Amino acid sequence: MSTFFDWQIFFKDTGAGQTYLQWLLNAWAWTLLVSICAWIIALILGVSVGIIRTLQNQFIVFLGNAWAEVFRNIPLIIQIFIWYHVIPSLFITLRHVPSFILVVVALGLFTSARISEQVKAGIESLPKGQRQAAMALGFSNFQTYRYILLPLAFRIILPPLTSESMNIIKNSSVAFAVSVSELTMFALQAGEETSRNIEIFLATTCLYFVSTLFVNQLSQFLERRVKIPGTFGGDK
Amino acid sequence: MIQINNVSKWYDKFQVLNNCSTVINKGEVVVICGPSGSGKSTLIKTVNALEDFQQGDIIVNGISLSQKGIDLPKLRSRVGMVFQNFELFPHLNISENLVLAQIKVLKRQKTEALERGLKMLNRVGLSTHKNKFPGQLSGGQQQRVAIARALCMDPIIMLFDEPTSALDPEMVGEVLDVIVSLAEEGMTMMCVTHEMGFAKKVSHRVIFMDHGAIIEDLKSADFFGNNKKISPRATEFLSKIIQH
Repeated sequence: MSTFFDWQIFFKDTGAGQTYLQWLLNAWAWTLLVSICAWIIALILGVSVGIIRTLQNQFIVFLGNAWAEVFRNIPLIIQIFIWYHVIPSLFITLRHVPSFILVVVALGLFTSARISEQVKAGIESLPKGQRQAAMALGFSNFQTYRYILLPLAFRIILPPLTSESMNIIKNSSVAFAVSVSELTMFALQAGEETSRNIEIFLATTCLYFVSTLFVNQLSQFLERRVKIPGTFGGDK
Repeated sequence: MIQINNVSKWYDKFQVLNNCSTVINKGEVVVICGPSGSGKSTLIKTVNALEDFQQGDIIVNGISLSQKGIDLPKLRSRVGMVFQNFELFPHLNISENLVLAQIKVLKRQKTEALERGLKMLNRVGLSTHKNKFPGQLSGGQQQRVAIARALCMDPIIMLFDEPTSALDPEMVGEVLDVIVSLAEEGMTMMCVTHEMGFAKKVSHRVIFMDHGAIIEDLKSADFFGNNKKISPRATEFLSKIIQH
């Protein structure tokens, strides 16, 4: 090895009509795409299931709890393999679904269980009187959640929700196991092809780091925006 | 206006309300007192169905709460309630606290709701605070806003659940003054309180509860005046809280 770092490697052709840099950026785009799609599914389902788990109806609560336990008690990689190997052999029509979709669904459902736990905890941490006050004013159950409980709970769970959003980017790396050409897949393959593991992995690591840091900063900005004056941490 | 007929309530096997009956007439101010855990708060919360009950019936403005399928939000919107811990919505400013239910529940126009809200805020002497958030007001101010918020809904009756118990002593007066002025205007009220001076001044009737049962239901003058008319239990209670 002539020099310790050889960044020229990224401008070399991969043999498939693109440079390693182009491949890297392309892989980054896949990582972000998997993460964003999974995050949308996780947020919609997680919030819905979280709300359901705080309702009065025992049966609905049971279903919500079952959802959370199933998806958070099985390792993510096993869930992805189940979606990839087991479910298509049970339902033949799913055999031609791209692995990208399967990974998004698996990661989305896995994370939805965790988000539902946070939403539930956020709602339950509110003083009981808030719900009573809203109901005493004549709000329906839906209005009580929409205008009072959820805006308050959302502010409380913003920090753990941020961690979860960062986790989803990091967890998207398991998609390589079912051949989605995202960052981790790139790192393994390009590292092998070029024997330049240091440069390849440094670049990959940086992109993961930058992505999660961006989420973190975005969330801190949001946290400042929604702070309630006159409460802990808010302006006087 | 409100009839409470033989209402009983249990939490599992523990009985919290024991065969309670009384009638609240229009314009009447009824104070409910008694030792803690005697079921006072539970009783007034059954009136707007925040607490359910297993036996008996409550009739509010002609509507029986024990029948199935009644429009609870509609009924509650006409029954004003003030809580011990104020329960203003902390993420909304004072104006928003005052108008939200008017707009979403009573379907009033925004301008109409705001006009009504500011009128009530002025009534409790806090119009200059309309753009502040609840956390920026003192406890007494928050409770006055909570009263204004309930009044915005044009309630047929006001329920107060220990409205001054969570306040610093120097703020009790400002809240009681608002309630007294409401009483003078003829508002129908049920008020759970330990403030016996206030009770004596403002109430027409006093209900004394112990262990979930109504022990005394007397005209205010009889309750406070001639102690021979009330039970030993109520006499003991009064002597304990009036001493201090």
